[in-house]
Amino acid sequence: MHARADAAEEHAATDTSSWPDEIFSILQRFDVRQVPYVPDAGHSQLIDHVLASSTMRGVSLTTEEEGVALLAGAWAGGQRGVLLMQSSGVGNCINMLSLTQIFRFPFLTLVTMRGEWGEFNPWQVPMGSSTQAAFELCGVKVLRASHPAEVREVVEAAAGQAYNACTPTAVLLSQRLIGTKVFIK
Amino acid sequence: MSRANLLDRRRVVSALLADRKEAVVVGGLGASTYDIAAAGDHARNFYLWGAMGGAVMIGLGLALAQPQLPVVVITGDGEMLMGMGSLATVGLQKPANLSIIVLDNECYGETGGQMSHTAASADLVGIARACGIPDTRAISTLDEVAAFAKTLQDVGAGPRFASVKIDSATLERVLSSRDGNFILNRLRGDLGLNPM
Repeated sequence: MHARADAAEEHAATDTSSWPDEIFSILQRFDVRQVPYVPDAGHSQLIDHVLASSTMRGVSLTTEEEGVALLAGAWAGGQRGVLLMQSSGVGNCINMLSLTQIFRFPFLTLVTMRGEWGEFNPWQVPMGSSTQAAFELCGVKVLRASHPAEVREVVEAAAGQAYNACTPTAVLLSQRLIGTKVFIK
Repeated sequence: MSRANLLDRRRVVSALLADRKEAVVVGGLGASTYDIAAAGDHARNFYLWGAMGGAVMIGLGLALAQPQLPVVVITGDGEMLMGMGSLATVGLQKPANLSIIVLDNECYGETGGQMSHTAASADLVGIARACGIPDTRAISTLDEVAAFAKTLQDVGAGPRFASVKIDSATLERVLSSRDGNFILNRLRGDLGLNPM
């Protein structure tokens, strides 16, 4: 029923590996062990890698705020993690994001964007439009990747500041990057 | 508000933690955190003063990171109701070293005793069971508390869930540290983990 237009295709000539693969290898390099997620089509390839990994534990959530709390507990127990979600889930996290300031633990989240760049579904637009501001109000720094060629650099920078400097960081993976969701009858 | 034959929350928590050994204990905000503090401050006490609905997930993150250690979440019915989805997440992950105890006074004691859903209709033990948690118990006596306390040490047979119906009397607050950095780094240090 739902497919994504392949926006990455136009960049295929300059881009030999896919950006979800690059994200996965960055997470491996930073020794990320717990990966809570609420599924999104834009994260599906990365989630498949995580679930097939012997070093990472994928944790399917019922709501995104569970993932913030999980990562606080993971760090208390000595493990790093990353939260994967879609922009509509960011609002669900707001009170729980207090933990990033209370515990000053390394917090990284990778957010696939909806509600922008040719969006079909108006219900995605309000939260998609306030995703960045909501993070910033909660003290989370926001970086954005809009083209396949910049994903590696942006996610590396985000992981670096999150895990090395304990700076809570979100990477917004633009709908332009992921491809606008196509609704086919 | 208090009814006959209901357990005293402080006695329940003292009994649960009397022989805690290496266990890490997460306390849900409000009275559960005071009860854990009243049982004796400990480097492995992870006190919460907010993040309502997050206690079980913090416990899950700890349990997955430290699979050889007993991880015990002690929280209230209101906090558990707010994070009910986390029982489904625990049921899916099945961390064998995680135990969850709800101190159920059927009300929001910290805010004036307003009735909670467990007073009338919600059955947290049934919810935990239906979420796939294999060991679920409704506890009403101190003997049952003592028996459950022994099982906490078995890190191969969880996850487990118990609801203990307790007296709703409001007790004197026993205040733990509220400094999250202190609480976190004290625990990490006791687990042999280095600062960042």
